[in-house]
Amino acid sequence: MTTLEARRRGPSATQWAAVGFAAPLLVYLILFYAFPLWRNVDLSVHDYTIRAFVQGNAEFVGFEKYAEVFSSATFPVALWNTAFFTVVSIAFQYVIGLALAVFFRSGFRLSGLLRAMFLVPWLLPLIVSSSTWAWMLSSENGIVNTVLGAFGAPQINWLTSPDTALVAVTVANIWLGIPFNLVILYSGLQNIPGEVYEAASLDGAGPWKQFWSITVPLLRPVSAITLLLGLVYTLKVVDVIWIMTTGGPGNSTTTLAVWSYREAFGTGQPDFSPAAAVGNVLILIALVFGVLHLQLQRRQEVS
Amino acid sequence: MHHTTRRTIRLPLTAGVATVMLGLLGACSSGTADGTETSGTDATYTWWDPYPQHEDSSDWAGRVQACGEEAGVTIERTAYDTTALTNQALLAAQEGTSPDVILLDNPAVSTLADTGMLTTVDELGLDTSAVDENLLAAGVVGGDAYGIPIGANTLALYYNKAVLDAAGVDPATVTDWDALTAALEKVTGAGKKGITFAAIGTEEGSFQFLPWFWGAGADLRELDSPEALAAVELWKGWLDKGYAPNSVISNSQNTTWEEFLTGEYAFAENGTWQVNSAAEAGFETGIIQIPAQDGGGAPAPTGGEFIVAPVQEDAARYEVTRQIVECMTTPEGFVETASTFAYYVPPTAEGQEALLAENPDLEPWVAAVQDAKGRTSDDLGTDYPVISEALWTAVQNALSGAATPQEALETAQADAAAATS
Repeated sequence: MTTLEARRRGPSATQWAAVGFAAPLLVYLILFYAFPLWRNVDLSVHDYTIRAFVQGNAEFVGFEKYAEVFSSATFPVALWNTAFFTVVSIAFQYVIGLALAVFFRSGFRLSGLLRAMFLVPWLLPLIVSSSTWAWMLSSENGIVNTVLGAFGAPQINWLTSPDTALVAVTVANIWLGIPFNLVILYSGLQNIPGEVYEAASLDGAGPWKQFWSITVPLLRPVSAITLLLGLVYTLKVVDVIWIMTTGGPGNSTTTLAVWSYREAFGTGQPDFSPAAAVGNVLILIALVFGVLHLQLQRRQEVS
Repeated sequence: MHHTTRRTIRLPLTAGVATVMLGLLGACSSGTADGTETSGTDATYTWWDPYPQHEDSSDWAGRVQACGEEAGVTIERTAYDTTALTNQALLAAQEGTSPDVILLDNPAVSTLADTGMLTTVDELGLDTSAVDENLLAAGVVGGDAYGIPIGANTLALYYNKAVLDAAGVDPATVTDWDALTAALEKVTGAGKKGITFAAIGTEEGSFQFLPWFWGAGADLRELDSPEALAAVELWKGWLDKGYAPNSVISNSQNTTWEEFLTGEYAFAENGTWQVNSAAEAGFETGIIQIPAQDGGGAPAPTGGEFIVAPVQEDAARYEVTRQIVECMTTPEGFVETASTFAYYVPPTAEGQEALLAENPDLEPWVAAVQDAKGRTSDDLGTDYPVISEALWTAVQNALSGAATPQEALETAQADAAAATS
């Protein structure tokens, strides 16, 4: 075999191999990412009544469905609920998760067992934990009101009053999200070398000073990714809210995600187009924060 | 090399298995069918129903199979959750893979019929003359019936006899709203709890509210009428006075029933499907028809499934489908269905008589079903789901105090009018 021949055949074989190796990934990406995304956009710019959905002849309406969504009375309510639910959830999940991670870092006796127990909220099926929260917060028979009542507090209608329902579902969601924050932040702490702390304590830095001058700055990259993931997970929460309040009473706990779900599947008349429009708005919001995160990360790497 | 050898060996093997299976199927169908076998169709018919609680080994699954065998085919049954079933049916219709038979929740019939994915009973050649008109109406769109109810249930008020006795209330006197509210006052005065119902923000909430809404004489086309206001204020008044628990706002019908089973409540609004559970409760129970505002029984909404046949590309399949549907809707079939599903009332006079002969205690339920009204009736059809969403939202807003009853209903009417115009 001549070298010329080998050279001519060589690249094409490698190329084929490259394509072969990339193909499964590409097919996967197209099937499970590009297509659903495209389909969602397609749904939102057509008027998919159920008849059109079955017969496949939906009228193209451009951004009409988006205009409908933005001008709906539900939109400002859902936007505010989403902002409150997401920001408060993430803030508390992060702070409590970090506090627990630092607490477990000292590795006292049984800390492993205790840490494992803190993972329980993560392991329970959402239907179980959400229903349990709904029972605990029930107006008449809930354990929370029973305990408060023992101290003379009046009955609080956690899930059935428009003033408290959003707080109630947020509390349940915070509880659900703590293990996730704990695990990631704890593993982040493991990567901070112990010598740094030793050196700091030799220099006379107390635990508080150590926390702010070592833990917080060295944990910053891990914190950023934890918060970003938390944001994406919290933005799209439907199950917890749906099981506890179905977005009610009225629209009191309707977030954008719940609204989208309700439009598509919560009533006897599926409205796929506005549901997809709301879904796309959510994707855009998540995308903005994702880009923001990448920017921050790039700036950090540069400096 | 190795790879190709293996493949060449496997190929004839699969083909062989397939041939054997085909042969078996063929033998099967030619053995049981008595000349009615249609040519050119395969002998497996697909069937979807919303009863996942009935497994493949259950009596219900057995009955479905028996109807298939009678028609000379095998039925492949798939059970979905009620709401999932409607969505699955829509998706299947879009992809042209509809099952042959669906048992569909009655308010969904007009929605699916509107898409053109269902055959009418006339197209299928079914006779519906024996079916009660008020029950059939839920599946009638533009004058055509799109299915046959396989049974119907409805709502009534269950009462706890001991609680009422202790408070000195005779259930027979509870015949209008004033009498009911007075009874609730007595019961709560005696230290027990009044009434529980489900006002959850889903279709169940509207379902439970409708007897009061219709009982006041209100019309679903006019949600902000004074009659509708009276119904909302009745519920709101009960909550404010503590006659009904605040938890009703997030209660599903199941939760409501669990509350009633604690024995603390005098009344619970619930359906025919709880008859068995009520009999097993640790206390004596009874039922009364939900009273209308000024006395008499209020029309309650009908619940229950319709048997429908989606449009098939191969029209030759309809003949067998018709036989399967007919098998399910004979008077004996209705009674059997009724007992399988905890007292589903048959939709025909003959079926009702047969059921009462077997179980005379169900008389009040049969009467309630005869007075009941389909939610999609009055030609509401596909407008109903939209109106219903506005209605349950209004009830939620009013009961939770997010809006006054008047405001809540005005918003609901505006939303419903905008969405249905």
